[in-house]
Amino acid sequence: MAALDLLDRRLIDTYQRGLPICERPYAAMAEQLGVSEAEVVARLQALQDEKVLSRVGPVFDHARAGASLLAAVAVPEAQRDEVAAVINRSAGVNHNYAREHRYNLWFVMTAADEAQLEERLDALEAELDQPLLRLPMLEGFHIDLSFPIPWAELEAP
Amino acid sequence: MSLLQSNTVSETHAEHRLRALLESGLPLTARPWQTLAEGCGMRESEVMACVQRWQAEGLIKRMGLVVRHHALGVCANAMVVWDVPDDAVGELGRRLATEPAVTLCYRRPRRLPDWPYNLFCMIHGTRRDRVLAALDEIVERQALQAIPHRVLFSLKAYKQRGGRYTREDDSHDRRTPQPA
Repeated sequence: MAALDLLDRRLIDTYQRGLPICERPYAAMAEQLGVSEAEVVARLQALQDEKVLSRVGPVFDHARAGASLLAAVAVPEAQRDEVAAVINRSAGVNHNYAREHRYNLWFVMTAADEAQLEERLDALEAELDQPLLRLPMLEGFHIDLSFPIPWAELEAP
Repeated sequence: MSLLQSNTVSETHAEHRLRALLESGLPLTARPWQTLAEGCGMRESEVMACVQRWQAEGLIKRMGLVVRHHALGVCANAMVVWDVPDDAVGELGRRLATEPAVTLCYRRPRRLPDWPYNLFCMIHGTRRDRVLAALDEIVERQALQAIPHRVLFSLKAYKQRGGRYTREDDSHDRRTPQPA
């Protein structure tokens, strides 16, 4: 696990949302946090390099940015890694998890529009020779991915 | 879907290019909007105005640091699925969404007979027992003892990254899967 100091934590706690839209956003963040712009940029770069951050930027609303769908497939545990690799190679897959259930591989397929999404799902279903459980979102009640990091729990597990 | 259609139709080529660039994140340059502007043939001020409009319209839900929770030690990730009577699912979804431990909450179709669950929520935490304790509290607080549910913890993340929705991005949408 990455060791993060107080400044890293303040950056994460303050800017999971609300990154300033101005000419020099990192300077504005630096001013808010009482450090230099170079320090903010260096920290963000290091956090990305350590894979603590997947990126700095926008989280798009799937339902409006394009088409996406949660799908699952039930495969024998012995073949799970192999099937997961096939799914990962499939264009448009952005999340792919093994979960504890008979349906043991869960992935999100994305596409520019519904027609392309369906083509991709059909092609993958044919390649896997397995029916996909297709679970489109019908209604989103809470679709924000940021939540407060429980620093204290992480330090005293 | 009507919103999507109107967005797609009204989006200029430059805006589409901007969206594709933004899906990979904001460059860590002193003037990131200027860097993006150079990549999509817009002016810096136009890029900022466009991003602000996308935020106002809800196409962008939030703008900031996108944390990989696993790297921080927030390793327990449970998808909790519920089999809720159809006439109660909307109301329960809205109630679950107010629970601080719930990070996502969606209604999805059942696929009978294999899949009877129509409400999904995610609970993240540092440890499996803490996630289960948080779920117990939710069941108690929301009086959900009679609603069948299943907890699907993740065992491994084969892939985890932001969505890529723009067509021109398809050629470089490969990334090494991260171990869970």
